[in-house]
Amino acid sequence: MFKGVFAAFAVAVALVACSSVPLSDVPVEDKSASTVGQQPGGPGGAQSSVAPVVTDTAAGTVAGPANVSRLIYFDYDSYEIKPEFQSLIEAHARFLKANADRRVAIEGHTDERGGREYNLALGQRRAEAVRRALVLLGVADNRLEAVSFGKEKPAVPGNDEAAYAQNRRAELVYRR
Amino acid sequence: MDKGAMWRRREMVALLGAAAAPAWAQFRVEVTGVGLTQLPIAIAPFRGEGQSQQKIAAIVQADLERSGQFRAIDAAGAALDEGSRPDVTPWRQKGADSLAVGSVSRLADGRWDVRFRLWDVVRGQDLGGQSYAVVAGDLRLAAHRIADYIYEKLTGEKGVFSTRIAYVTKAGNRYNLWVADSDGENSQSALASGEPIISPAWSADGTRLAYVSFESRKPVVYVHDVATGKRRLVANFRGSNSAPAWSPDGRTLAVTLSRDGGSQLYTISATGGEPRRLTQSAGIDTEPVYAPDGRSIYFVSDRGGAPQIYRMPAAGGNPERVTFTGSYNISPAVSPDGRWLAYISRIGGAFKLQVMELGSNTVHSITDTTADESPSFAPNGRLIVYATRQNGREALMTTTLDGKIKARLAGQGGDIREPDWGPFQK
Repeated sequence: MFKGVFAAFAVAVALVACSSVPLSDVPVEDKSASTVGQQPGGPGGAQSSVAPVVTDTAAGTVAGPANVSRLIYFDYDSYEIKPEFQSLIEAHARFLKANADRRVAIEGHTDERGGREYNLALGQRRAEAVRRALVLLGVADNRLEAVSFGKEKPAVPGNDEAAYAQNRRAELVYRR
Repeated sequence: MDKGAMWRRREMVALLGAAAAPAWAQFRVEVTGVGLTQLPIAIAPFRGEGQSQQKIAAIVQADLERSGQFRAIDAAGAALDEGSRPDVTPWRQKGADSLAVGSVSRLADGRWDVRFRLWDVVRGQDLGGQSYAVVAGDLRLAAHRIADYIYEKLTGEKGVFSTRIAYVTKAGNRYNLWVADSDGENSQSALASGEPIISPAWSADGTRLAYVSFESRKPVVYVHDVATGKRRLVANFRGSNSAPAWSPDGRTLAVTLSRDGGSQLYTISATGGEPRRLTQSAGIDTEPVYAPDGRSIYFVSDRGGAPQIYRMPAAGGNPERVTFTGSYNISPAVSPDGRWLAYISRIGGAFKLQVMELGSNTVHSITDTTADESPSFAPNGRLIVYATRQNGREALMTTTLDGKIKARLAGQGGDIREPDWGPFQK
């Protein structure tokens, strides 16, 4: 569905051994370089070098239903869809049934408290709750993908309950 | 662990180079707390290091101090190198047990020749030395190798200073995956992206990183060869793909997939292919890590109603619960000898690094910060690196297992998180 493309900026980097030679057998008085054998190593790239990769930008989005919010908010530690969001979900289900070429990614999000991976799983639960609600309203499951951003993409900054409440959400993102 | 111990704050700021040195050459190590037994060592300035980009002696000293097992004795102004036969009396009088001396010189082919020798000044004994011929970009690596040599000679255990740490930074809307020296310095970008990157994990041979990238607007798992920049998309199934963990043999990844609904554990070949499902629960199963012997997998599950750490056979099977204290225990990391489990526990709204001794199941809280994340053991098992928040900013810290010696790692500006400590270098 979304193809990841990347560009490798640097090609293979020659590995050069960081040669080490014990000095134990060298008389301490002798400082001449000739008495310390060296492994040959080319003056090329550093042994510890890393080749950088830069990703391209993600695929674009298309419009969903006009004048309908794409955001569903959740209570703390909950993935239950509150009754006030039912009409919003119904509007999206109607739009999807009327526009057979549209697909939707449901992106789950959490507030910033807790671990990144565990929050990713919690956000996934929220996205899947919305996906199930759309399927119950007759939208084909293969047009929906529930994914999670965990706590990685807060809608608003801040670490108070007002910010947290806006960040615990699922977003519907339309694609063709 | 010993909360009654006296805490002392010591700050050492070392400025690399003279006023002409570029800004990036400045580095800073903060060490908090004192250990009970620390080996006193003097590290003399390396002869000729003023001509090189790196102050070898300062790097070696900071490494040894961060380990918590060494105390630096002032050696400023000493004019010694690996060829000197030092008069041990003044060093003994200063309280040093050992003395490291060395030199840095330019070779005809442009590389640098770094040499050193370690002295036992109590016995007046030569403890051996090494020489390294390196390109300028590996001068810090040579310094870390010297610190490893000294550490092993004096403690009997392998040093981890020449190992590498991966971590992620966020600056504005740019995310970078970095590979850095174990002191956080010398960072090189492996991946730059406009979308989040989380959960980097080193392969056991230290050549590849597995991680989760959101560059395609969903979490997918890549395996990335850091020296070449070649990478492979190994888990891009419907839904979310996350939490990669390497099997010790480097052939398999344990991952969390939601392709069949819910977040569940699977194994997949490190080169991609069809995943095999490991867990079957109605809840969340995530954050797998292999035990060092590869026979079991520790993971997080909320099957009991709240996230706790469990252990099961690596091929799947009956999980047994490992954590019993508290209602939120996540992000397990197992020490290389399999004796310790580090993890994050929510305690009264704070997220705290815990260390459990797996034999006795005794647990110690080892930090005084409140937003700890992502612990990872050093390959010798003597230090843990973790992410936390200090003075409102994200920071990476190392700590000894007893929590007595902590150091803040240098790093890029902006937010810094998701550290993973790589294996011993070949």
